[in-house]
Amino acid sequence: MTGLSLYDKLWNSHVVHTQDDDTSLIYIDRHLVHEVTSPQAFESLRLAGRAPWRKASVLAVPDHNVPTKDRDKEIADPISRKQLQALDENCNFFALQKFEMNDPRQGIVHVIGPEQGASLPGMTIVCGDSHTSTHGALAALAFGIGTSEVEHVLATQCLLLRKTKSMRVNIHGVLAKGVYSKDIVLALIANIGTAGGNGHTIEFCGEAIESLSIEARMTICNMSIEAGARAGVIGVDDKTIEYIAGRPFAPKNAMWDAAVKSWRQLVSDDDASFDSTVDLDASQLSPQVSWGTSPEMVVPVDGMVPDPDTESNATKAEGMRNALAYMGLTPGQAINQIKVDKVFIGSCTNSRIEDLREAAKVVQGKQLASNVKLGMIVPGSGLVKRQAEQEGLDQIFKAAGFEWRDPGCSMCLGMNADQLESGERCASTSNRNFEGRQGQGGRTHLVSPAMATAAGIAGHFDDARKYFN
Amino acid sequence: MQSFTTLTSSLLPLDRPNVDTDAIIPKQYLKSVKKSGFGINLFDDWRYLDPGDPDQDNSHRRIDTDFILNNAQYKNAQILLARDNYGCGSSREHAVWAMLDYGFRAVISTSFADIFFSNCYKNGLLPIVLEKDAVDKLFDESLNKPDYSVSIDLDRQQVTSDAIGTCSFDIDEFRKHCMLNGLDEIGITLTYEDKIHAYEDKLKVSSPWLFING
Repeated sequence: MTGLSLYDKLWNSHVVHTQDDDTSLIYIDRHLVHEVTSPQAFESLRLAGRAPWRKASVLAVPDHNVPTKDRDKEIADPISRKQLQALDENCNFFALQKFEMNDPRQGIVHVIGPEQGASLPGMTIVCGDSHTSTHGALAALAFGIGTSEVEHVLATQCLLLRKTKSMRVNIHGVLAKGVYSKDIVLALIANIGTAGGNGHTIEFCGEAIESLSIEARMTICNMSIEAGARAGVIGVDDKTIEYIAGRPFAPKNAMWDAAVKSWRQLVSDDDASFDSTVDLDASQLSPQVSWGTSPEMVVPVDGMVPDPDTESNATKAEGMRNALAYMGLTPGQAINQIKVDKVFIGSCTNSRIEDLREAAKVVQGKQLASNVKLGMIVPGSGLVKRQAEQEGLDQIFKAAGFEWRDPGCSMCLGMNADQLESGERCASTSNRNFEGRQGQGGRTHLVSPAMATAAGIAGHFDDARKYFN
Repeated sequence: MQSFTTLTSSLLPLDRPNVDTDAIIPKQYLKSVKKSGFGINLFDDWRYLDPGDPDQDNSHRRIDTDFILNNAQYKNAQILLARDNYGCGSSREHAVWAMLDYGFRAVISTSFADIFFSNCYKNGLLPIVLEKDAVDKLFDESLNKPDYSVSIDLDRQQVTSDAIGTCSFDIDEFRKHCMLNGLDEIGITLTYEDKIHAYEDKLKVSSPWLFING
């Protein structure tokens, strides 16, 4: 008999019941809620006369709509204001725990879950948000769900699911200085495509993963969804345990000892089997930059915009042509010659303290280039913001001409006022470069935090490695 | 949820791969707290030439006549024909609500993104995966003949048209059952109420740390 993978272990330990057709009822330990994908679920719950099954499993926070400045004033957009009020009313009505917008613990739901210790190893974690995969870095089975499933979890604490296939992504070697986990995941998506992980849970392993911090691992698991995988997981090691120790929702004393003993089992057995395996060498990796309108359209910073005429798949070539037209780029253009209008550091992918530290190293003592209209730093949570201020990072950014904002999803998707104007080009640490994602007609290039600030300083894409030699 | 049994309709061919849910329904419309009214903003960025706002009267907006949704010959199509990895990106169920509200009842493609695929079944929008060869033929036919029609029979799991003959498609038995009968999944899950309680009681003993909340 072959051993079990981490995914097998997480799945097996949450099966409440399996139907004859192999659909399983899976128990959900943690339900994270935000304002955008929950109102219709609460409404249906109320109309059906149902109540939340286990209130204490819920942690709610507003993040998508919140403004990132002038928070002492009323929210200007009346529709956003209404959606935030709906979250308040729903959490009050059902007595669910929620962090208010001006609570220092408020932030992006995928930043605050781990930060609070509300996301723990061995948990099943869901949220009506595709980037819930982030929490898999803590050896949790975490995935995004739709609003109907939000209602289903509220009402039953369970989901009806079929087990996914499993993929192991083995990342060899260790990253060079100035190259980050963001570059690993962008290179992986370029390699396997945005549908490469469809129907799979990915387990990330190998020397590179072992050498990364928990926050850096979150960046990789976060973008598993951009590779099509609903979840990404990483096994428990000493770093996982150290990361969780002392966090507000984490167990203490004797319960901590019992939990750690249990969490140590959350690794794949040596003889575990996977449906597929992908290998990637991190040691040779350059910083990556997306050039198109899909997260698989990625090249190294020292590369050039590709030519659709050399693509043999006709549908793919057409997709490339659409992307080039939208992005205002021509084949053969050097990536490091492309000028940027705005720089955005933030999002559930790259807004944690380590991200801000790396971005600040590049900025220290320099100025935003004159052609850059706006450089915006949006910390992932109020606590990240406070930590950065204690370390003086805000001063470094402000001195260089960046704006230092309040936490939220911000320009990752532009549901609040933080948006690109049509035709503007942005070096962004977010996760999606879809058409219109950051504002209608806006042009997004996905990069690491160091690459984003390097582009801000140079005024065009520039190899961040030179700041770290 | 509305049930789905059979459907005969023309196709709307959307000839681009990796259509993401941001394209299906842009973010500004996600501020609504309702499930209805999204159809007028389906594919908003491609459909209109000017930027869209949630509170705006869409009848005054300039439309992009090159976008196929604006081609009057396709206006009765209840089946969207799509390319690889349709519905990728954000988990927003609003994408499914927008398609239903517009009038689509089914989507045919070579592949779908997982969350979108799952969201379809919760609302009675039938996602059908066919082989690339069949999808290619349907694109050829429907791009040339806007009234080109196919028939879907969910119970038999078949799609039929003159160009492809009869093609079978796979569907999970449980999902099929719910879809055919328009069943509420929550009601089904709650029939296992005792099992959920029993599981929970065991968990409280074996892993009490899962029940901490602040």
